[in-house]
Amino acid sequence: MVTSGDKPIVSISDVHKSFGSVEVLKGVSMDVRKGEVVCIIGPSGSGKSTLLRCINGLVPIDKGAIRVAAYEVHKLMKDKELLALRREVAMVFQQYNLFPHKTALQNVMMAPIHVLKEDKKEVETRARALMVKVRLADKVDAYPGELSGGQQQRVAIARGLAMRPEIMLFDEVTAALDPETVKEVLVTIREVAEEGMTCILVTHEMGFAREVADHVYFTDHGVIVEHGPPAEFFAHAREARTREFLSQIL
Amino acid sequence: MSRDGQGIRAAVARGSDLPVLLPAAGRLARSAAEERAFGLPALRLTPGHGVVILLLFLLATGAAEAETAPLHASVIMTLLKWTPLLLKGFAFNIAISFFAMAIGTAAGTGLGLAQISLLPPVRRTASFAMHFFRNAPWLVVLFYCMFLLPFQVRIFGVEVPLPDWIKATFGLGLPVMANVAEIVRGAVQSIPSGQWESANSLAFSRRQTIWMIILPQCVKRMLPPWMNLYAILAMSTVLASVVGVSEVMTLTGDVLAAENRSELLLPFYSYILVWFFLYCYPIARWTVSLERRFSVNI
Repeated sequence: MVTSGDKPIVSISDVHKSFGSVEVLKGVSMDVRKGEVVCIIGPSGSGKSTLLRCINGLVPIDKGAIRVAAYEVHKLMKDKELLALRREVAMVFQQYNLFPHKTALQNVMMAPIHVLKEDKKEVETRARALMVKVRLADKVDAYPGELSGGQQQRVAIARGLAMRPEIMLFDEVTAALDPETVKEVLVTIREVAEEGMTCILVTHEMGFAREVADHVYFTDHGVIVEHGPPAEFFAHAREARTREFLSQIL
Repeated sequence: MSRDGQGIRAAVARGSDLPVLLPAAGRLARSAAEERAFGLPALRLTPGHGVVILLLFLLATGAAEAETAPLHASVIMTLLKWTPLLLKGFAFNIAISFFAMAIGTAAGTGLGLAQISLLPPVRRTASFAMHFFRNAPWLVVLFYCMFLLPFQVRIFGVEVPLPDWIKATFGLGLPVMANVAEIVRGAVQSIPSGQWESANSLAFSRRQTIWMIILPQCVKRMLPPWMNLYAILAMSTVLASVVGVSEVMTLTGDVLAAENRSELLLPFYSYILVWFFLYCYPIARWTVSLERRFSVNI
């Protein structure tokens, strides 16, 4: 999957999604280039998390188009096609969602072994290296229940990376953490981003967005109100709604 | 959605072990949910029940001893004389309960998973079967099996006889299957949706997700209601006496007929009751302790 620097690796155009009578996304468009770090901010209920779930096909869209690498996500109907897409897109959740009956290392190794059918020895070497990378080398044999929130979240990031995805999606990954542990997770995400991974983050960490993002999107009520490079976005927001939100949160 | 709200919901989803003072409605809803998860009324045996049963047995035996005509053997001696035979019958009850539980568990797991199938016809059929066998009286199902199953079946050209006790085992296995199905379905649905989401996003297929991620987590939750079901099944094996299987109740009836002494009736039946208590009490206690342990930590 070779994507040139200019052609977007994720291309979302005019996406609509309703849950029952509630319209969550009302025509959202967004392009993400390979290696880019994009932060999506906005008030709760503005459709950020839904948009993220549309990208890896967890939530089917009603209208519009989503292309991820070579996959036309909105056209994928069969489970098999969706599974192929999801091998390229890793996701990290607010609630970590580690598998509680497996150790940290097993959590990281499971999908490459059973989904990608890779060699167990090779996967284990890689998984151990990833655990070192997220600074949890001493916790490989711990069960998720024995780890702090921040540690669990770093295992979840390692679990995503073990799939060697093209894109990583982060869904408010620090929202459930204690303030002290937020930093260790953000440091890990920053390292992942600096290595050139394409990252799309839904986040409330404005400082982090300002530092790490290449591009910031502000969503409200199912539409993208405004977007731009962080320096410009945070300093000179054009829309009144954006300024109001930023003044409340900063 | 405030961040605090999410935190609390997260804690609830994880099954927080923090001591939380629930409002009355929440407490009631929770205990109702626990009862539902069990499917069948929980067997809450206490040592007090054992004392009552033992007293009943001792009183009955004592009274019978006093009534015994001088020429007859003492009640205790008569009980001891027949004990080996009755124990054989009791072992038969246990065997029937084991087989019925094995059949019911295997079939019930399948039926439970069929209830969460993505295909509506499969789901509906499974749900109908589950409700049918769960709500039909056990004895009626047992009778149907006794009279509808042939006395022998032909498997690959070989005539295999189906003795009564095998038919009874199937008859008891059906309600067990329906109850296991409900236990499995309930446990699967109690797993937080985040587990499905993360398995999906890691590209696990549905089958892999169920067998490798969801069901292993369910085992803990299923164990207490499953053991409760087993204890109830063990006690229900005496139903097989109605259809003529020579298990402990049938044998007791035979013994009493042979002895032809009316004063023996109460001592013998309370003797059997003591046995069932001794067998089921540890299971019930173990169930309760497992339940306590798992309700705190998963």
